[in-house]
Amino acid sequence: MARPINLRIWRGNKNGGDFHTVTVDANEGEVVLDVIHRVQATQLPDLAVRWNCKAGKCGSCSMEINGKPRLACMTRMNTFAEGETITVTPLRAFPVIRDLVTDVSFNYKKAMEIPSYAPPANLKPGEARMEQIDVERSQEFRKCIECFLCQDTCHVIRDHEENKKSFAGPRFFIRIAELDMHPLDTLRNRKRTAQESHGLGMCNITKCCTEVCPEHIRITDNAIIPMKERVVDVKYDPVRWLGSKIRKREDIS
Amino acid sequence: MAGVHAEHRAHIQERTLRTDRWWLQPAATVFVLVSFIIYATFRAFENKHYFVEKGELISPFYSPCLSDACVEGTQLFGTLGPSSLWGFAISPALLILIFPLGFRLTCYYYRKAYYRSFWQSPPACAVAEPHKKYTGETKQPLILQNGHRWFFYAGLVFNAILTYDAFLAFHGPDGGFGMSVGTLVLLANATLLWLYSLSCHTCRHTVGGRLRHFSKHPLRYKLWTRISILNHHHANFAWVSLFGVAFADLYIRLVSTGAITNYFFF
Ligand code: SF4
Ligand code: SF4
Ligand code: FES
Ligand code: FES
Repeated sequence: MARPINLRIWRGNKNGGDFHTVTVDANEGEVVLDVIHRVQATQLPDLAVRWNCKAGKCGSCSMEINGKPRLACMTRMNTFAEGETITVTPLRAFPVIRDLVTDVSFNYKKAMEIPSYAPPANLKPGEARMEQIDVERSQEFRKCIECFLCQDTCHVIRDHEENKKSFAGPRFFIRIAELDMHPLDTLRNRKRTAQESHGLGMCNITKCCTEVCPEHIRITDNAIIPMKERVVDVKYDPVRWLGSKIRKREDIS
Repeated sequence: MAGVHAEHRAHIQERTLRTDRWWLQPAATVFVLVSFIIYATFRAFENKHYFVEKGELISPFYSPCLSDACVEGTQLFGTLGPSSLWGFAISPALLILIFPLGFRLTCYYYRKAYYRSFWQSPPACAVAEPHKKYTGETKQPLILQNGHRWFFYAGLVFNAILTYDAFLAFHGPDGGFGMSVGTLVLLANATLLWLYSLSCHTCRHTVGGRLRHFSKHPLRYKLWTRISILNHHHANFAWVSLFGVAFADLYIRLVSTGAITNYFFF
């Protein structure tokens, strides 16, 4: 059964823009992205929106719906009240390209700043062996679909453009944690660089990244806080520091 | 607020477009924490009604009681601390206050709670914060949050002492072995404090989180999985243990002032 709904869509580009309110039908079982597509098909043919899978797995349709960073393809229409006007805007932490499409290249730059997985030099392809319990923690972080909703909501950069140069953001803290917890990774200074180059200390663990992650990755509890504790081990704990000097190693088996 | 209004971002005036009651949670946090602070400050300075001789109940705010100002029967660990400073009498509660206070102030969960509610950084997700500059926990004084583990260790000592207090409270009306409502109150308080400490992120890290190879440490791995389950509820334990401490203290104050009587089971 179709019912009419009011959609307030932000349209514009980096020079300016405004809200346009349209009334459009929504059918049983539809999601916000369906309705935006209907608007595109029937009323605003040049409305720009990015999407790919419509299954919550490609991370393309990130936008802000009633002020909350969300995937448009995973936000069901029946979660809104009858007669409610739904406001849709592009992500507000990144430069806008057009309408609902933003330039997320900040995230690709940050990804490149993180040294990749470094297996032991003598390990030949196909020879890597590890136990399930040793990789389990890292596997949670592999669920990431790179929607960058966590990056968008993180106040460190959302509210402070100037911090972008020194802050990698939650998506990349889980990447660093994934590698630092990896049983075969040999790079031993990930904790130190997390704090000194990637801005882990800027995070004040207020958990908005965790709140918006569509993959329900427990970013703060399972990656950021454990990394903060590991940083304390190597940088701020005199007892551990002394122990590591005596045993001549920074890491622990 | 320069952030969401920065150049090249979508030009949207509103600080947030959220339509839900996002302000409710920070407001409730401020209300509860401020109420606790007012009550705890009053009690810490009151310097009386913290011990009930019949049944041996001591308030968690005053245990361990460490100065010669402590009432008879409470100085389990001698009188290490001063009872006055520069001519001012100081309450024994103030001598130990720094430990539980520091533990909770540096707790990862309370940090989230007060950064959001008191410091509005951010007040809620996707609601622009009012600050012009932000450096997180990279500078003094907030870099000191990295010392949480020392307060965690101190907290364990306090938990042990408060557990001991709960066992000392197994007294009947005649002074022999017995049990009263007060015993249960102290026991519940100690249990909640243990749950709070055991679910702590530092605890999770210490028992196993810092390891790279769980498979080489099966016992620690098992412990880590258990602590991880508790850790999931750390925020809840943070609140109930806070209420627990306040309630235990209030109960002892009411018994001590004679407002209520401590019922003895046997
Ligand atoms: S927990 Fe840290 S990384 Fe996540 S949104 Fe908050 S400040 Fe950003
Ligand atoms: S961690 Fe979650 S919110 Fe962040 S990019 Fe990955 S899937 Fe998206
Ligand atoms: S379209 Fe792929 S996640 Fe929404
Ligand atoms: S007590 Fe809350 S994290 Fe340690």
